[in-house]
Amino acid sequence: MEKMSRVTTALSSNAISGRTMFCHLDAPANAISVCRDATQVVVAGRNIFKIYALEEEQFVEKLNLRVGRKPSLNFSCADVMWHQMEENLLATAATNGAVVTWNLGKPSRNKQEQLFTEHKRTVNKVCFHPTEVYMLLSGSQDGFMKCFDLRKKESVSTFSVIQISRNTPLFSYIPDDLFHTLFLGQSESVRDVQFSMKDYFTFAASFENGNVQLWDIRRPDRYERMFTAHTGPVFCCDWHPDDRGWLATGGRDKMVKVWDMTTNRAKEIYCVQTIASVARVKWRPERKYHLATCSMMVDHNIYVWDIRRPFIPFATFEEHKDVTTGIVWRHQHDPHFLLSGSKDSTLYQHMFKDATRPVDKANPEGLCFGLFGDLAFAAKESLISSDISRKPYPGGDRRYPIFFFKKPDPTEQFAHVSSALSVFETDLDSNRMDWFVKTAQLYLLSGKPFAELCDHNAKVAKELKRPQVSTTWTMLRIMFSDPANLTAPGTNHNLSKLGTLPLMNSFNMKEMGTGMGTESRLERSKGESRQDNIHLEPGNLHISNNNEENEETEGSEGQAEYMFGDAELDDDDLYSMEHDNQTEEQEYTLPQEAFQLRHEIVDNPSAPEHLQQDKADSPHVSGNEAEVTCLTPIESFSLISISQPLFSPHLPASFFCPIVREMLSYYAEQGDVQMAISVLIVLGDRIRKEIDDLTQEHWYMSYIDLLQRFELWNVSNEVIKLSTCSAITCLNQTSTTLHINCSNCKRPMSNKGWICDRCHQCASVCAVCHHVVKGLFVWCQGCSHGGHLEHIMNWLKSSPHCPAGCGHLCEYT
Amino acid sequence: MACNRAADFACQANGENTPGRMSGTGRSCRLRSESESEVVPTAKSLARLCSRDEAERAAALEELSQGVLMCLGLDKPGTARLSKPTLLHLLRLSRSCPLQEVRGRATELLRTAQEQGVEVPRALATGPSAFIPAKQMLKEELDQDVLMESFLSLGRLDHITMVMALHPAYLSCFLRAQHAMLELDGPLPFHWRHYIAVMAAARHHCSYLVQQHSTGFLEAGGQESWLGSLEHAPTKLRSLQTLNKLLAHRPWLITQQHIQELVCPGAESRWSLAELIHAVVLMAHAHSLCSFVWGCGLNPEHDHVGGHTFQPPSPGHLPRSPHSPAHENGRQELVEGAMEVEVLMKRMVELQQQQEEECTQEEMVTRFERERSESIPTAVVRGAPPDLVLCLVDEPEFRYEDFAPRGEQAPPTMRAQDYSWEDHGFSLVNRLLPDMGQLLDEKFQVVSNLTYNRMAMHEGVDTHTLRKALWNYIHCLYGIRYDDYDYGSVNVLLERSMKLFVKTMACHPEQTTARIYHAFWRHFRHSEKVHANLIVMEARLQAALLYTLRAITHYMR
Repeated sequence: MEKMSRVTTALSSNAISGRTMFCHLDAPANAISVCRDATQVVVAGRNIFKIYALEEEQFVEKLNLRVGRKPSLNFSCADVMWHQMEENLLATAATNGAVVTWNLGKPSRNKQEQLFTEHKRTVNKVCFHPTEVYMLLSGSQDGFMKCFDLRKKESVSTFSVIQISRNTPLFSYIPDDLFHTLFLGQSESVRDVQFSMKDYFTFAASFENGNVQLWDIRRPDRYERMFTAHTGPVFCCDWHPDDRGWLATGGRDKMVKVWDMTTNRAKEIYCVQTIASVARVKWRPERKYHLATCSMMVDHNIYVWDIRRPFIPFATFEEHKDVTTGIVWRHQHDPHFLLSGSKDSTLYQHMFKDATRPVDKANPEGLCFGLFGDLAFAAKESLISSDISRKPYPGGDRRYPIFFFKKPDPTEQFAHVSSALSVFETDLDSNRMDWFVKTAQLYLLSGKPFAELCDHNAKVAKELKRPQVSTTWTMLRIMFSDPANLTAPGTNHNLSKLGTLPLMNSFNMKEMGTGMGTESRLERSKGESRQDNIHLEPGNLHISNNNEENEETEGSEGQAEYMFGDAELDDDDLYSMEHDNQTEEQEYTLPQEAFQLRHEIVDNPSAPEHLQQDKADSPHVSGNEAEVTCLTPIESFSLISISQPLFSPHLPASFFCPIVREMLSYYAEQGDVQMAISVLIVLGDRIRKEIDDLTQEHWYMSYIDLLQRFELWNVSNEVIKLSTCSAITCLNQTSTTLHINCSNCKRPMSNKGWICDRCHQCASVCAVCHHVVKGLFVWCQGCSHGGHLEHIMNWLKSSPHCPAGCGHLCEYT
Repeated sequence: MACNRAADFACQANGENTPGRMSGTGRSCRLRSESESEVVPTAKSLARLCSRDEAERAAALEELSQGVLMCLGLDKPGTARLSKPTLLHLLRLSRSCPLQEVRGRATELLRTAQEQGVEVPRALATGPSAFIPAKQMLKEELDQDVLMESFLSLGRLDHITMVMALHPAYLSCFLRAQHAMLELDGPLPFHWRHYIAVMAAARHHCSYLVQQHSTGFLEAGGQESWLGSLEHAPTKLRSLQTLNKLLAHRPWLITQQHIQELVCPGAESRWSLAELIHAVVLMAHAHSLCSFVWGCGLNPEHDHVGGHTFQPPSPGHLPRSPHSPAHENGRQELVEGAMEVEVLMKRMVELQQQQEEECTQEEMVTRFERERSESIPTAVVRGAPPDLVLCLVDEPEFRYEDFAPRGEQAPPTMRAQDYSWEDHGFSLVNRLLPDMGQLLDEKFQVVSNLTYNRMAMHEGVDTHTLRKALWNYIHCLYGIRYDDYDYGSVNVLLERSMKLFVKTMACHPEQTTARIYHAFWRHFRHSEKVHANLIVMEARLQAALLYTLRAITHYMR
């Protein structure tokens, strides 16, 4: 199952070789440790305590230290450590609180040498001094750390989490055992203890409450330094093997932090956020910035991080099927071999070159919206550059590609990815909501004939540079107006004033069906479209031009492109996109529209003829296969232009309802619920039945909500008033009760508004005429005096003071 | 609980203190106009009574009494339209409101109503607990500020809160956790949360919690029919039955298969892991709270069934709750009790001084097993639980089962070192239900560190060993074993009557009787017994959670 790969690494002293391999243990492992020459590994757990030899191809069981028919709990190990000086010496921490040392040199089967039972609770960690043979340190759940001299029977010094020194005079009179019992309860469990690699006397201890302490082994009375490293337990810590001052800590809060201890205050210099609590952390030998971590919950992988790149692991080992409980680098000076034990009862040797490199799989693209609608997009440089060369887009001037280059660090082994970041700014006008406010204020929704409302609104929209909306209004007027009215000079004038814009729109609308979604076409057509722009000028002429062109390009998609490009010039692309959905729905109805339109503007030849031609094209060209048939509409056009009577001039308004319905929902979907509601109100009964009540109510609610957010209270009220949904109109009928308290006895007046039931006094007396006010009562919010509206009004014209004589300077506005 | 939501609305109303102006906001106006025929102080309108602004409270009180008096005044005597909920509400206010003026006014109103010929309810019990005499509660320096705070923030002061207020440090984190479970953002809909709590409480026949959460369920918009029978609840909720049953009585049987059944099946009844954890936390919380309710002998709330009566008191019959304390005749027992305390203290000191005697693993296991399977006859036959509760229980005969003595069918033991709350449980809960792990952790820590350094009449005692023994004994009853604990000390420190109480509370809470409560720690204060109750409750919660979380961890593997 593993690759038969061999790696021979030249080391200063001896060469280690091997491959990724594993062996089954009999029971879950809790901890592993490796002997100094990297040839053997000890595995310890609740039900296992064995030594394996590391051979080229496999693990070979060397020794089972768990002897006896019913092994005692002293064999149930929470931690194990192999002495780095003395190759026969091991120490284990037992779950029952015992610290045991083992001498492999003993001739008997039971290798147990010494047993210390000084801890009252589970011992979480044991640690040999890196250079001193006889010094062993332990940290326990009971909150004590003990230092043992292996030549003696008991600990030489005890370090307590409790920060009260026994030498304080206040406590000196308390007997030892009482002192312990008094403070034992509050103690915090010790999770890890580690001797410093460089400072002979220093060790670090991490605690369940999130603290890390530094101790001097010679001073058991108090710690040298303490700081809070994590929220929640700090499960592990590890001194950097080379750098004197660096300490890595890992906690339940899913963080690995690297602390610089050389300064006065411990300074956090690096922080890596992992996805699960960090159970072990081990610096990688010979790589200053690398460390390995594993978790005790949920996540079974082992990660090697480059602490300078905290967002993605440098390498991952994914072999284990349950949480990894112990990791150790096989040799102090070899960064290529990692050993790990796990709850899944396996022992692995991982070759570094077989590790997964998450960077390779990472998706280097990022996309984010800014607060004001700006869009930032980062992607691999290679992708972007080719992209850009491909798109010399008309809208291209809006892009500001920004390139960030991080200075490559030669020591960093990370695959270097350079990304290009493009920021697309939304243009200021379109992202501001000014148009919304202005539109809301300027639109007329009632009070004039339908056609005038439409024209007014179209004008408003046009002035706000919203040509599509403007056109919609115009079209609505055309669709739903009585043809007789339309011929009125005023409206005609209006239409011609709107000029080419609506034409472009309609043009655009139809061709989108073919042109959309094919970006390449769009680009190619650009060149052509410039010419077309010129064609537009000569009025009638260009139609024949078009015709000729069509014939020439017959069989290609020429015309579709051509049309699209044409639109492109005048409207921004956003605009043309919006039409996409609509066109497909309208395919079959549009021609009718066109005919009717033609009918009324026949006396204004230059502009409408574009229109007619476009419209006539639409049903046929909208399919991609319609190149040949695109000739037909042109024929029909010529027919139409000559003989109007062929077509009925009176199409019932209801005929357009489906289109209008589609259009309304389209606007609402786009987020322009304002348009949907305005049209709904202006069209009134013409369209209302077409749209189900729930949808209408939904739109109304959204629009009213928007209006109220912009504090357009008047408009919102007008909309509520004009709406025909019962659910909406009743909005104005809520919260209309005013509850009044009697001004004398301060109790609510339940019966009538002007006389209090309890004190039988008239509550609201006019301060001017001293009569009871039964109708409108106006009062000053400053002094709460008031009276008849007229009286107060008159009074305050002549005097600035309150009529009640309270001296308040009332103000009437 | 809905009061809470209404509370911000009350604050809104606080701003308007201009004299001579309308009071209340639009919402309250509508409320009132709807209910103008009958002045029912709904939860919402009552929220103003718990306003932090004194003037506002006064105004609300005024309004309430106006409403009641108007009802009484407008109608002919005898046909008064004061509704039952209103009366019950007044009763509750008159009994449990920590605000003197509200209590007084409510009492006064009730009296007026009675004079007008209205049938007025009468509280059946005095004080929150049937075990602890009401006077005693007051004597044990109940912190009025704490009560006031809970009243103002929760809108009512229930008996649980009143009893827990004996330990204010715990109360605050308990309320925080409960609030987060029931009211804050979470994967489950609000009415579901209450329903799950109802299902869980019903397992222990705890009508107190069933009623409390039924109210919460209805206020959150739940359908009344669900409360009638489990059949009316959605399949997804019903699928929790098995887990609920195991969690309540034998959590050690929960395996990853149970989790898989809930998380994996197709169709709509699938639980997401986050939802499942939320439900598990709710259920375990409700189960352990049942222990507390029974263990402290909480009286039904005054507006619950069984908390009041409309019958006039018959002469010579003292109001008595179903399990009122049997009168013990004092002297002799008091002396004995004092002896017990001395002995216990001595043993604690001895245990601490005694050097670790080396004993074999065999011996340690035996001690653990002995405690676990020690037969403590708890089965006191009680009357059948009320229908209200029974209709929500599936397989009511499924109960805690004593572990068989070692040897036959070796019962599963969980090693505390292999799956602990600190290392494993916390991370899992916090991963799936952010913040909940933190809140539970806080609760466990507060309970395990809570001490006043005193025992009965002695001050300055380190009670750590005793608390530890209690905690580990409960975990032992649930099959959790600590390698570094000598279960011999459980035997030394916990006398039989104590064990009986603890075991009943932890395993068969519905069988708790006043006798059991009064029999243990006879010389201790009530607050100390409540402390013991808290330890049992939290230890039980943790044990149940550990088993379920372990199963979930195995499932996720």
